[in-house]
Amino acid sequence: MNQDDEIISQFLTESLENLDLLDRELVQLEQDPGAQSLLSSIFRTVHSIKGSAGFLAFKKLEAIAHTGESLLSLMRDGKVRLEETRTTGLLAMVDAIRQQLNHVSESGSEGSEHLGALIEALGLLKDDSTLAAAASQLAQLGLDRKELAQSARPVMVPEVATTTVADSVPPPSAHSAATVANAFIGRVEATEPKAAAAGPARLPGEESKHVDPRIRVDVGLLDRLMNLVGELVLARNQLLQHASKSQDESLIGTCQRLNLIAAELQEGVMKTRMQPIDNVWSKFPRIVRDLARACGKEVSLEMDGNSTELDKTIIEAISDPLTHLVRNAIDHGLETPTQRLAAQKHRGGTLSLRAFHEGGRVNIDVADDGRGIDADRIRAKAIERGLLTPEAARMMSHHDLVNMIFAPGFSTAEVVTNVSGRGVGMDVVKNNIERIGGTVDVETRLGQGTAIRIKIPLTLAIIPALVVGAGGELFAIPQVNLMELVRLDTEQAKKALEYIHGVPVFRLRGTLLTLIELSQVLGLEVNVHDDVHIVVLQADDRQFGLLVDSINDTEEIVVKPLNRELKGLNVYAGATIRGDGRVALILDVVGLAERAAIGATERRAGLRTGTEAKAGQVTETERLVLFRSGAGTHMALPLNSVARLEEFPRSIVELVGSQEVVQYRGEIMPLVHLSEMFGGPRGTAELLQVVVHTGETGSIGFVVDKIEDIVESEIGVQSRDGGRRGVMGARVVQGHVTELLDAAAVRQAAERH
Amino acid sequence: MATRMQLCTFIVDDLLFGVDVMRVQEIIQYQHMTRVPLAPKLIRGLINLRGQIVMAVDLRERLDLPPRGGDEPPTNVVVQGVDAAVSLLVDSVGDVIEVSDDSFESPPATMLPRYRQVVDAVCKLPHGLLLLLDPERAASSSEGGPVGNLGYGR
Repeated sequence: MNQDDEIISQFLTESLENLDLLDRELVQLEQDPGAQSLLSSIFRTVHSIKGSAGFLAFKKLEAIAHTGESLLSLMRDGKVRLEETRTTGLLAMVDAIRQQLNHVSESGSEGSEHLGALIEALGLLKDDSTLAAAASQLAQLGLDRKELAQSARPVMVPEVATTTVADSVPPPSAHSAATVANAFIGRVEATEPKAAAAGPARLPGEESKHVDPRIRVDVGLLDRLMNLVGELVLARNQLLQHASKSQDESLIGTCQRLNLIAAELQEGVMKTRMQPIDNVWSKFPRIVRDLARACGKEVSLEMDGNSTELDKTIIEAISDPLTHLVRNAIDHGLETPTQRLAAQKHRGGTLSLRAFHEGGRVNIDVADDGRGIDADRIRAKAIERGLLTPEAARMMSHHDLVNMIFAPGFSTAEVVTNVSGRGVGMDVVKNNIERIGGTVDVETRLGQGTAIRIKIPLTLAIIPALVVGAGGELFAIPQVNLMELVRLDTEQAKKALEYIHGVPVFRLRGTLLTLIELSQVLGLEVNVHDDVHIVVLQADDRQFGLLVDSINDTEEIVVKPLNRELKGLNVYAGATIRGDGRVALILDVVGLAERAAIGATERRAGLRTGTEAKAGQVTETERLVLFRSGAGTHMALPLNSVARLEEFPRSIVELVGSQEVVQYRGEIMPLVHLSEMFGGPRGTAELLQVVVHTGETGSIGFVVDKIEDIVESEIGVQSRDGGRRGVMGARVVQGHVTELLDAAAVRQAAERH
Repeated sequence: MATRMQLCTFIVDDLLFGVDVMRVQEIIQYQHMTRVPLAPKLIRGLINLRGQIVMAVDLRERLDLPPRGGDEPPTNVVVQGVDAAVSLLVDSVGDVIEVSDDSFESPPATMLPRYRQVVDAVCKLPHGLLLLLDPERAASSSEGGPVGNLGYGR
């Protein structure tokens, strides 16, 4: 980099940082027009941009900053007041400057846009008598509501602010979206060095004496430091293990000191990578202001916990999802003043952002006091769209229902958006957050508002993990995925583990949990052990139990990447070095579940991909119990709706009225002969083959002719035509057209008899 | 005049191999390995090389040779890939020898494909032949690309 380039790059970094500050301060100033210190700070910032631009011979930048400066100086001297049109004008100036800076950072020279109209409008703003003319001029520049509304459509690309820039700058809009996108990228790169300076932004009231106690550090250097600290932590773990066997007092003492120092160093280096969440939030006042105006809403933004710190990589990862949530809240969540007054609420809505640490993780809440989400409409829509069976929908809790807004099928449907008020691209939000090991949850009360709670880890490099043993090897499981541990002794295990055609399951507080033997999935020797250890894991939205040989401690582990050759194995998330110096593999819980083919049957919500599933998407599978009934018809039930498969001798069947029942596990279970139900003769076998289905109102036994198999099959039905009552539809399973039983409907029909 | 190059030599099942000495990071004794279940068979495991996790590839497996017999544990020849090191497991390590460029010839066309994939050239030594190994291709499972690239785990 030659000297000129270096000066320009410094100018860009500083100016772009200053612009972010300007955005914030102008909005603040609008709310508190009397604040002289704010006004002075804004004036200084614009002045210094003008000065540097003049020095570097960026004529357009200089001209626009100059016009803004003279308007600001009138305000500072109290000759004109700040009001909405002037704020808009000044914000347009900020945008124009930003755009020019982006041009400079991309191509080294200013852009080709003509700024004459904007300069003229800013000139008109200087006099109260020409204010109206200025307003219409600005409106012509594209700052009218309609265009803002368009550009403010919630999309995942974080471009709203920049898009309005492009719209506001006349006239060659030929550059359009591509340029804007590039400009944005340019901007991101240009602001990158800011990452190193994690300190708080300068307060407006402070005099800028440039006694900055911060220095800029290359992010690459911080990454290297982080790696070295990782090494140090590992070396310390090993040393501690040796020292614990030693008798040498002074060695033990020194090790303990080393232990403390290493821990503090680790914390310190982690801190250097920490940035306040304000780095993301600082753009929200502006976005909220623009969007609220565009949607004709009154929104006040409350931010709490701006200084909450997160690892740099995580900050970057949550920026887009957060922006999306904020936009959604304003666009869909909050009502217009008229609607709010009609609902007897304050005319202005409140959007509140809250960030705080809790249990080693960071919580971020995005809450509004808007209309909330109507769970009943979600239910109806989900059934209509085939995402849920009516039965599953009925059994779902309010909480699970509203969380359906994160389901992929829900996101793109415009109808749903209009009805429920939410849902555009929410699945993308969820994916982005889960990618960094976070979770997202929504709580809503109809008419009172919606809160979306995000929980994310502080850092990704060093994570707490549980070490387990299987097949003679040790594996680490990230604690993020860990739900609980269950240990059963020999006697308990005999009772508690049940098998459905060889597939082990365990009843965890009444819910069937599919079990996977870790050593079996990994192709290791399966040890027979007396005690059973179950690690209950959560992957995406499914739960399963992992059978392991032993459960060791939890440890802080340093995540090391795996060699590319091993990347194809999706069951591992990486490797780590343990205290004894040995390498342990880190399990990828989601990959493991896929490997073991735990299909969507384990999904709590019982989601089913409908016809609107995107092309190319991996098809989801579920396990089906196949059986024959009545004239050899092939039928199936999802395994997760089956509690047990039983054989009853005909002799134990009793009659209550005309209903056949059996005594089963302390209750009276009605039996339904499926073949009879579907118009065939009742079977005559001495031994009844019964599929036990458990629903809301207790168990019911479906008597079938023959239980055939448990298979993996794609989810959903291929045909609904010619369906009989009690059948959801049909699909081809193992070469036979197989009817999928609608357990709830059969049950209802049986009860009516 | 022909340029000379230095080769680090090692033996695998009576075959003499050589690798450009500049590619060799270090040679270490056999040490404990963590096996990687479900990985290709030639990947014997992961070793901890002073805090760096290095994948160990068994050359016998790579070259379809019979498993190593006897008590002699294999030796790790750690070679530098593009940005990650890979260890080649060999029977024993020989001397570093200096050879001139003109003693190399391209491998015979009749050589087994498995060997052709990993052998760059054949070097004529006074007392026998030496196979010049491409360490990156030697460390990759047959069809895959070079192993040296470090993929980042999540």
